[in-house]
Amino acid sequence: MSGATRPGLRAWLLAEEPTSRAQARAAAWYQGWLKLRANTLAMIGLAILILLTVCAILAPWLATHDPFAQDLAQRLKPPGWEGHIFGTDSLGRDIYSRLLHGARISLYIVLLVALVAPALGLLIGTVAGYAGGWIDVLLMRLTDIFLAFPRLILALAFVAALGAGIENAVLAISLTAWPPYARIARAETLTIRNSDFIHAIRLQGAGPARIVTRHVWPLCVSSLVIRVTLDMAGIILTAAGLGFLGLGAQPPSPEWGAMISEGRKYLLDHWWVATIPGIAIFTVSLAFNLLGDGLRDVFDPKESAR
Amino acid sequence: MTDEPACPAPSRRRPRLPRWTRKLAGTLASVAATLLGLLFVTFMIGRVMPIDPVLAVIGERATQEQYEQTYRELGLDRPLLAQFGIYVSDVLRGDLGVSIRTGKPVSEDLARVFPATFELATLGTLIGVLLGVPLGVAAAVWRGGWVDQTARVVGLIGYSMPIFWLGLMGLLVFYGMLGWVSGPGRIGIFHQGVVEPRTGLLLLDALLQGQWAAFKSALSHIILPAGLLGYYSMAYVSRMTRSFMLEQLSAEYVTTARVKGLSEWQVVWGHAFRNIRVQLLTVIALAYANLLEGSVLTEIIFAWPGIGSYITTSLLANDMNSVLGGTVLVGTIFVLLNILSDMLYRFLDPRAR
Amino acid sequence: MKIRAGFIAAAIAALTAAAPLAPASAETPPNMLVIANRIDDIKTFDPAESFEFAGADVSRNVYEKLVNFDPLNLDAGFGPQLAESWEISADGRTITFRIAEGHRFSTGREVTARDAEFSLRRAVILNKTPSFILTQFGFTPENVEQTIVATDDRTLRLTLDKPYALSFVLNCLTATVGGIVDREEAMAHEVDGDMGNAWLRTNTAGSGPYKVVAWKPNESVLMDLNPHYHGPRPAMERVIVQHIQESATQRLLLSRGDIDVARNLSPEDVAGLRDDPDVKVVDELRGRLMYWSANQKNPLLSDPKVVEALKWATDYDGMANSFLKGQYTVHQAFLPLTFLGALDEKPWRFDMDKARAALAESAHPDCGPIRISVRDAQERIDIAQSLQNTWSQLGCQVELIVGTGAQTLDRYRAREHDVYLGAWGPDYPDPHTNAGTFAFNPDNSDEARLTGLLAWRNAWAVPAGMNEKTLAAVVENDTDKRRAMYLELQREHQRISPFGIMFQKIEQNAMRANVNNFVAGGATTAVSYWVVTK
Repeated sequence: MSGATRPGLRAWLLAEEPTSRAQARAAAWYQGWLKLRANTLAMIGLAILILLTVCAILAPWLATHDPFAQDLAQRLKPPGWEGHIFGTDSLGRDIYSRLLHGARISLYIVLLVALVAPALGLLIGTVAGYAGGWIDVLLMRLTDIFLAFPRLILALAFVAALGAGIENAVLAISLTAWPPYARIARAETLTIRNSDFIHAIRLQGAGPARIVTRHVWPLCVSSLVIRVTLDMAGIILTAAGLGFLGLGAQPPSPEWGAMISEGRKYLLDHWWVATIPGIAIFTVSLAFNLLGDGLRDVFDPKESAR
Repeated sequence: MTDEPACPAPSRRRPRLPRWTRKLAGTLASVAATLLGLLFVTFMIGRVMPIDPVLAVIGERATQEQYEQTYRELGLDRPLLAQFGIYVSDVLRGDLGVSIRTGKPVSEDLARVFPATFELATLGTLIGVLLGVPLGVAAAVWRGGWVDQTARVVGLIGYSMPIFWLGLMGLLVFYGMLGWVSGPGRIGIFHQGVVEPRTGLLLLDALLQGQWAAFKSALSHIILPAGLLGYYSMAYVSRMTRSFMLEQLSAEYVTTARVKGLSEWQVVWGHAFRNIRVQLLTVIALAYANLLEGSVLTEIIFAWPGIGSYITTSLLANDMNSVLGGTVLVGTIFVLLNILSDMLYRFLDPRAR
Repeated sequence: MKIRAGFIAAAIAALTAAAPLAPASAETPPNMLVIANRIDDIKTFDPAESFEFAGADVSRNVYEKLVNFDPLNLDAGFGPQLAESWEISADGRTITFRIAEGHRFSTGREVTARDAEFSLRRAVILNKTPSFILTQFGFTPENVEQTIVATDDRTLRLTLDKPYALSFVLNCLTATVGGIVDREEAMAHEVDGDMGNAWLRTNTAGSGPYKVVAWKPNESVLMDLNPHYHGPRPAMERVIVQHIQESATQRLLLSRGDIDVARNLSPEDVAGLRDDPDVKVVDELRGRLMYWSANQKNPLLSDPKVVEALKWATDYDGMANSFLKGQYTVHQAFLPLTFLGALDEKPWRFDMDKARAALAESAHPDCGPIRISVRDAQERIDIAQSLQNTWSQLGCQVELIVGTGAQTLDRYRAREHDVYLGAWGPDYPDPHTNAGTFAFNPDNSDEARLTGLLAWRNAWAVPAGMNEKTLAAVVENDTDKRRAMYLELQREHQRISPFGIMFQKIEQNAMRANVNNFVAGGATTAVSYWVVTK
């Protein structure tokens, strides 16, 4: 993205007077990127996330063992034991290989939640904000109800109702995570709704559905993206928490939270079984926090000035 | 949380009622609607769950006849909405039903488990506030300095650490290896039953009854989980304090005060901090509410007999009366705390009026 | 705010005053027994209703039965307790008990035949889950007035619907449901005709050595001596059972001396305690079996050759020597060792060649999808993952369906599973308790809903000959013949049934070195605190 930028493109992006809307928008993003690049911590976060993605994609090639292959004779061996970089777990499976394959699950969960929850929030928030009246009252009351719920318990209840598993965990997390997005989207919609350009579009005969989808949604997206990045760490931690309670990914799947849960039994004598996946979760959610912090500094100057 | 316009004022026909009464009625109506919705959602989740509550009662060996008898006793043969109606009317009379798992009335169970969570969350918040506020203020005053950087790193680590993992590690190190604190549970086993529960808050009860050994035991049990929760709450409180303080310190009156020759201490604590107290209070209320509901995993790791582990184990045993009762209690407290902080904000902060 | 500030100050003061905050090694008082155990399954103490492991542990120490086991000589079988003697009529249908004198309830009243009559009738009339242990002898709520009768204060007469082996009847009376409660006390607390059920759920009124003083669900049970207990005064005057979920925590508490006995240690934690001179580990064979069973409604699994292949493809020794080490022993028949007629033969072993050969002979040489239902307990998930691993090598697509206990059980009872991985513990110490569920299914139709029978749950139409043998063994009064009948039954069952019985439980109780006579109850009964000394 950065290194391949040709001089011509760079000049186009940094043009003082953009000639099209697309160029203006691209230029704004590019300038944001330049600012973000100056933020060391955010770049570290980004680097970790890229590394995670690479690991997830190349897991089958990077792994030294089959993540599911058991060897009951070689169980609970310490890190470094005969080619097991991080040792083996209680069924003699290679922890390093499981960790790599687990990265896929974490990424999968994060991507799915990042798609579902903001989409749901966006839909509810913009409809409430644009329609107003009793629809607004009703939808916002619903939002309040979901906000008042103990979140982990709500997610637990959903998973218990839907059955344990990754997809259901994603759905449960999304169902508990949407209310803040709905509030943001509604607030943005309220300001956009009464702006001149929307009035103009309305006069041209555009229907509400078209206005919301074509003109309101694109403007809400940037604030949602920042919020989602900041929430990512929380999503990973919640997913791991569900896995820890046995309600997320199911065995023998190498989900990190589930790996900690399996390893806690051996904590006293075989510390690495639970510690290594714990460090993995910590690293990834720290990376998301660093990146999210940087993004907020760039795109929300008011907050960052504080 | 109630900054949205509440339900349309229900008292239009009597316009002469004072404004605050109408406002109060509106707030109450919206709280009631929220709580009813909360109840409804939990109830429905409980009923669509693919777990059979009857089996939770009668166990593995029961015959079909015993099964059907219990099915009727639990009222499961009635239509869903009728069951919900009966449940709500029972709740309004203060009857939360009987727990399948413990065989005791849910209200009695809650009265036993809630103080444990309350004690833990309160101590956790205290730790978080006592450490977080000075840290946040210092970070704002020496912005960009080492205190600020440290606070930022400590906060980021707190936001990124899986609490159940940190809890396990804490137990391993401070209890298993170093032996500085006591292990899971609320109190040492011999002190079990020594302290007579009056408030249900073990530390307070032990102190009031002069049971020093029991107090020490309880304190050494609570210090690790409370410290853990306190850490998470500190990360949040210090971050918010910092940003509030920065806003104040860049305000004109601060410059004026400095020009007038007031000492830095007076400027920071006497002027800037005074002005963020109300904002800070709402943040603390929110942090507190978060700990009350967010201590589920901590309670499980530390075998803390609080409401989080109560709801979770009940849920896994499909003991829906307990889950409903617990959720309603936690939800109510959450809503009330939000309203309280909102009202505080409105009454105490002149700019918000 | 002021009060709170004072409180904090006090807390901080205490904190600094007691610098190393942890209690330096504590020792439990000499007359008190402190036990860590998982007791979250306790729902009730009422003997007519209680049917859980931890509940049975309490009940055995609180309620006496007509006949019972001596904890220091479990192999001797049942002996007199409240009944000092009994005789059986010539037609084998009437048993008359002579009630001993001098036994007193914790309320101070003396135990009479009226209390025994009341307690047994009550269990039948309340018709709670364990009532089948009594009603299988033909007692019904309608006929108890005639069949369970105290003819005077010292004589109790039971009339059965047909002659049964006497040992079978008396073994059943040693179960929790045979516990004798104080009639006057129970009826004094009666609500809406519940015969004191609501009160007895949380309170006890028995003549055993202890009485329950306090019970906090999921936290602890506290028992003190029954002041009127007739026997020798037990050394332990107070028993505390604390609910500790985690094995690692139990281990730490034990090695610090905070508890006397830890009852749920994992093999790793037991191994970690081996070098601790203050701790000893006592192994005891229990009655619980670990098995998998194949639903015969599934076309793949109803092929006997497929089931045979799966039995060969189970790594019995691999599991027993690794994550189950010391806690389960390989056992492949439906009667646990130490039971009358238990069979020690192990015809199945881990042999992938035989497994492949069997599968090749079946109608499904490529195997197919198999879902294993398993509840969310680590030990069982480990076993399920091992089965998944070895069965997959046959070419089967094995998926684990992990659920809570209630979820998995629900599917099992509805016959919706493919393979169920489960545990089974005997309900009463007589071979019929397992024979009657593993090898008996009089009606395999869905409508029959015989959900209590494992054979029915797996839709296994037990061959008529096996059903008859199971019933015949119950009425055989010659013990040697009876034993031979069960051995024959099990050999056939091992061969043809869709049950892959794998392991029998060994309970490893770790305790402080000074604790003596801690008996968890073997395969037949529950724990006995009154003989413990330290």
